[in-house]
Amino acid sequence: MQSLKPQGRKSISYAKYGYFFILPFFIVYVFFMIYPLINTFRLSLYGNGGSADTMVGFQNFKWILFGGSRPAKAIHEEFIRSLGNTVILWVGNFVPQIILSLLLAVWFTDSKVKIKGTGAFKVIMYMPNIITATSVCGLFLILFGNTKYGAVNAMLLDMGTITEPVRFVDNVTSSRIIVMFIQTWMWFGNTMILLMSGIMGIDLSLFEAASIDGASSGQVFFKITLPLLKPIFLYVLITSMIGGLQMYDVPYLFHEGAGQDAIRKQLETVAVFVYKHFHLTSPNYGYSAAASVILFFITGILGLLVYRFNTSSDDRAAAKSNRKKSKNSKLLGGF
Amino acid sequence: MDKYANRPAGEYNANYTRNLKIQGALKLVVCIFIAIVCLLPIWLLIVNATKATQDIIGNASNPLARLIPGTNMINNIKTLTSSKNGNPEFLRAFNVFYGFRNSLFISICACALSVFFSGLTAYGLTVYDFKLKNFSTTFILLVMMIPMQVVSTGFLQFMVQIKLYDNYIPLIIPAIAAPQVVFFMLQYMRSVFPLDIVEAARIDGCGEFRTFMQIGLPILKPAFAVQAIFAFVANWNNYYTPSMLLLSGDLKQKTMPMMVAAVLNNDKINDIGAKYMAVAISIIPVVVIYLFLSKYIIGGVTLGSVKG
Repeated sequence: MQSLKPQGRKSISYAKYGYFFILPFFIVYVFFMIYPLINTFRLSLYGNGGSADTMVGFQNFKWILFGGSRPAKAIHEEFIRSLGNTVILWVGNFVPQIILSLLLAVWFTDSKVKIKGTGAFKVIMYMPNIITATSVCGLFLILFGNTKYGAVNAMLLDMGTITEPVRFVDNVTSSRIIVMFIQTWMWFGNTMILLMSGIMGIDLSLFEAASIDGASSGQVFFKITLPLLKPIFLYVLITSMIGGLQMYDVPYLFHEGAGQDAIRKQLETVAVFVYKHFHLTSPNYGYSAAASVILFFITGILGLLVYRFNTSSDDRAAAKSNRKKSKNSKLLGGF
Repeated sequence: MDKYANRPAGEYNANYTRNLKIQGALKLVVCIFIAIVCLLPIWLLIVNATKATQDIIGNASNPLARLIPGTNMINNIKTLTSSKNGNPEFLRAFNVFYGFRNSLFISICACALSVFFSGLTAYGLTVYDFKLKNFSTTFILLVMMIPMQVVSTGFLQFMVQIKLYDNYIPLIIPAIAAPQVVFFMLQYMRSVFPLDIVEAARIDGCGEFRTFMQIGLPILKPAFAVQAIFAFVANWNNYYTPSMLLLSGDLKQKTMPMMVAAVLNNDKINDIGAKYMAVAISIIPVVVIYLFLSKYIIGGVTLGSVKG
């Protein structure tokens, strides 16, 4: 009787449980992501406002990408401006962010020059990332307020540096710099920790060999750390690009006063463009959808790169363990 | 060739260690400076939240006085909360009780759903062998990077069509399908989960779902904890989706970030002290949670998250 049982068990297929377990995920994903995505593609082919039910083909794309007569020109200029703003704000926060976090990551992982309280520094530097972006934006908005109500203006007036309050929020350059600073402030801790884990993954013997050979810390950085950090560096770069394309909360809210006219033109990113058109004005789903589709393709290409990064590192690990196994079995076979 | 070649070894060592010490000290100074830059805005927020408006805008004899807390904290809180001596504009835009209640409700529900169902999905994809297994895994990895913003137009139009706006359902239920959390759980399960234990449970006559609940969940607990923190914070901080879907503008329905946004962009509010207080109230719970759980949060950062 006992010998029959395992045979009977083997014929039971557990495959259906696999489907049961992953079913909720896929039902919800299709309902709340896939269908909306298809719906976005569909809406991008329809008109705006009053003519929302008319199929217009690729007119929305043509208008926002290439412009044309009066209404088309306005929407085209707005979209191109928002793309430009997205790029400016992203570059302006990514460059200082990566330099700062790379520097700190190298310092914190240096085994020769130990910095006291690294743990505490990590906690402090990561903290801005955890705070609600809306509140952070609010905080900087009142600190840099246009009038003497703003803390920075008040301080500068105290010291006599200025006699009239500076309109930090309205000014194109200063408002962009503040938004870039907010983004850097919020994200450099995160990038730093990612890079630190990358550096700690580098074989220690390489650093030891370099120091025995008398390499300077600059040489170690450029010849060992940086080349070996390339994969994680790429990952950080691409995820940051994807995040940059979604940049919404801070640029959208960084203005004084209410209503859509108060949104600062120099801060309007693509995500703000999409939101503004389907929400605040009469539902111009067509423009929003067309912009979203363009955004989807850009994100899709970037996402594929991340996918390749994730799987290739997995595959490498799998191949490694296989090799180890075969090595072990050879050894065992030898005995 | 070496410039130290002709010197005694002791001098070389002393120089070397002294240089390292100086380097360490210089780096420490830079780190302290960066840490101050990180903390200063938050400190200014706390300081100004305890001051009356006239103290914030009035000329201070000493600029450093602006870094010392004031005495108006209780009044600022009253302005925000009390129905008697509160500012009517504030009361229309901001309600601490509703804000916390709504944000907590949405965050806790979404966090629980996303962690539980991601665990379930990852378990299904690891433990069982079935035809679509590889396809499903690849699919989840592929769509991981597609952000909400990209589908939001179609999402909103669809929700309006089926009358699900002004409702928490589209804010909570989509949490069931969180590809990033699934990805993390998959990684974790592949590295720690002993598949033999499932076989053992089967032999003991344990049902498949019960095996997941009583054996899978406890093993996944550490991964759950880290992901739960991140899911909670992400939902708590979410401004985009709620402001897109809660169209009515009913104060009873708004989440905390929506209220903060409403206070900020309201030019009829001139009470700066109370404005700072509103922002402080929305930040402090997250900061306190962070300080308690920072070890887990920082440990979990490297395990996959979209950044800006």
